[in-house]
Order: sequence, then structure tokens, then C-alpha cells
Amino acid sequence: MSEFDFGVILRALPFLWQGMQLTLLLTVLAMMGGILLGTGLALMRMWAPTPFPQLAAGYVNLLRSIPLILVVFWFYFLVPLAIGRAVGAFPSALIAFTMFEAAYYSEIIRAGIQGVARGQLAAAEATGLTYLQAMRYVVLPQAFRAMLPVLLTQSIILFQDTSLVYVVGLHDFLTAATVVAGRDNRLVELYTFVAVIYLVLCVAASYGVRCLRLRFVQ
Amino acid sequence: MNYNWNWGLLFVEPYFGFLVSGLRTTVLIALGAWAIAFVLGSLLGIARTVPIWGVRVVATAYVEIFRGIPLLVQMFLWFFVVPEIVPRDWGRWLKRELPDPEFWTAVVALGFYTACRVAEQVRAGIQSISKGLLNAALATGLTLPRTYLHVLLPLSYRLLIPVLTSEFLTIFKNSSLALTIGAAELTAQSRQIESLTFHGFEAFTAATVLYIAITLSVIFLMRSLETRMRIPGMLGQGADR
Repeated sequence: MSEFDFGVILRALPFLWQGMQLTLLLTVLAMMGGILLGTGLALMRMWAPTPFPQLAAGYVNLLRSIPLILVVFWFYFLVPLAIGRAVGAFPSALIAFTMFEAAYYSEIIRAGIQGVARGQLAAAEATGLTYLQAMRYVVLPQAFRAMLPVLLTQSIILFQDTSLVYVVGLHDFLTAATVVAGRDNRLVELYTFVAVIYLVLCVAASYGVRCLRLRFVQ
Repeated sequence: MNYNWNWGLLFVEPYFGFLVSGLRTTVLIALGAWAIAFVLGSLLGIARTVPIWGVRVVATAYVEIFRGIPLLVQMFLWFFVVPEIVPRDWGRWLKRELPDPEFWTAVVALGFYTACRVAEQVRAGIQSISKGLLNAALATGLTLPRTYLHVLLPLSYRLLIPVLTSEFLTIFKNSSLALTIGAAELTAQSRQIESLTFHGFEAFTAATVLYIAITLSVIFLMRSLETRMRIPGMLGQGADR
């Protein structure tokens, strides 16, 4: 093997940074969309009248039983067909990630609410609070505390998962590195660099989540 | 939206053969990777709970590193980088002589990645057992390895059945990443049918149905286990609210 060449990485930095910006943008948008849609699914599953809980459960189970890459391919193929004209890879990837992550977020939100002990709700209602008040002041604050770290951890997973846009040729961080690696024939340097950056960001983020969790427990 | 349906397409050669061989490759990658993940993950999970500082640090570092890098990047590292940085002879063997390199690289990458997830589950399982049991076992004169073998592990693995089942499901889904290094597994084959025939609906539906067929039986098994092990007194129990 030839020497490890840092110069290749340095010269490629502006291009890689562009890729990272796309990765971050995709992560943040899919996270917001996913949590919003996931909350809707969770509420539907717990409190909506009859056909809706089954529909939501079916959606969640379907999305959770197929691989993310297949979901990305599905939407890459479906979105232009549904709209009737070609759209870029970004909108279809964003929709795919939002739809996919919503299934996982909704399970976290539902588990958070259902994990609150039954006695809490009964006790709140016994003190004279109405059902909605009991939810608002007793159950949901506890549920939110329980689910926030898990939601953030899932978002770190989403951040890693966005690397899969590689399969539709969208220039995220990893794909940008692949482009440079292929052009300069420097696969070792570029892929090692990508791995280190992802590792540092993810370890830092999960450390932050751990601190948050500790503060909430006390 | 106008679209020419042709479901019969899936049942004629060569496309039917694509799907069958894709399914076979997916299952083989998943099973091979699970063998690595279960053994290595169990060892790492146990290592994270033993009262020996050095062992714990190594196991923790492994878990942090493999969890912090996206699986796709790990695939590329195993496929493109490892053959370059190992001694020259090994590298040549990996690049030239290893039969079916995409398949085996996928098995190894997925196995080592899933090992860190299994390790976390095993650690949590062991730590969920009360400290009193460990102390009681040690007090009766059992050595530490025997305490693990006869007391902690039998108990924790029973508690772990649902989460390990779910990790086992995940490994089937994650095996689809093998397509990025050129392994012809199920998703890759459906993508190939789509690009050859422009019948994306049929091709992706076939893959979706096959993935569901793989996971459905396991999910039902998991649900019955979950119901039996549910902790009484949680809001999740009745659908009356």
C-alpha cells in the first residue's frame, strides 16, 4: 500500500462539506417530518375510531418489515410516476426517509405514552381532573421525558441511514467521498476519513443524549 | 398516471429465477452474519459486565466504534479498504482468490456490525438481573465463570428472546445493503428486474412480499412472547382507553 495521503482529503474538503450539508439537511427535514407523521400515527393507533388504528398498525408493520433501501427504491420509482414528471433524487429520498422513519418514531411515541403506569391516570382522574387534563398535566409530561432520549437516539440512526441515498446517486457525504475516491483512486484515505467523521459525530451525539437522559432521571 | 400492468412477468424466466436466487442470497447472508453476530455479540455482551477493567474497556470500545459508523460505510471499509491495509499476501488473496468476495464481505461486515447490537442487548439482559442473585451465587461458592454459566446466562437469555428475535429480523433487512458492493440479493434483483423491464411496481412488490414473508412468521412469534411477558399494570395492556 502507498503512503496515507492527507493532501487528498484536504483538497477534497470543500466538496465533502457540500455533501455533509446535504446529509444534515436531509436528516433534519426527515426527522421533523418523521416525528410529525409518527405522532399522527401513534395518536391514530391509540385513540382513533375503528378502521384507523388497524390502518396505522398495518402501515407501521409494513414499513418496519422491509429494508430501507427497498423503500428508497420504491419512492424513487413512485414519486415521479405519481407527480407525472421527473423530480430530482432529493424530494423522493426525503419522502422515503420521512415515511420510513415515521413508522419507527410512532412506535417510540406510543411506547412512551403506554409506558406510563396505569395508576397515574387513575389517580389523576380520582383527584377530579378530566381525562384530557389528566393526559395534559400528568401522563404526557412523563411520557415525553421517557421518549425524548429514544427519539434523539433514533435520529442519530436516521443520520447514519441517510448514507443510503448513495443508491440513488444523491451527493451526500458518503457519495461525495466515493466520487473523490474514484477520481483520485484514493479509496483508503477517503473511506477512512468518512468513517472517522461519522464516528466522531455519532459518539458525540450519543454522549449528549446520555447526559440528557441522566439529567431527566434525577 | 398510466401504467402497463404485467404481473405474469414475475413468473417467467429469467425474472423468476432472479427473485429465487435473490431470496436465497438474502437468507444465506443473513444466516451467515447471524452466526458471527450471535457468538461475537454474546462474548462482547458478557465482557461488558465482568468485573475486569481491561476487558470491559475493550468490549465497550468495540460497541462504540461499530455503532458509530453507518453500516454502509462499514461495508465499503471491509470491501475496499481492508484488502489494502492488511499484509500484501492476504490482500492479494482477498482480492484475487476469495470465491464470491461480495457475498463473504457482506457476511463479515454485517456480522461484525450486528455483533455490537447483540452485545448491547446481552449486556442489558445480564444487568437486568438483580445483583442479589449474583452475590448469592458467589456466596454459595460458585466461581465467577460458573455463576455466569449456571445462573446469569440461563436467566438473561430467556428474557432476551424477544429482543434477539427483533435483531434477527433486522439482519434480514440490513442484508439489503450488500447490493452496494455488488452482491445479488433480493433488493438488488428486484432493482435489476425494474431496470430491465421498466415494471417497477411488480418488481418491488415481489421483493416487498418476500421480505414480509420472511419476517411475518417471526413477528407473530415475537408478539405471542411479548404478550406472555408483559408487565402487569402498564397503560399498554387494555385497548379500552
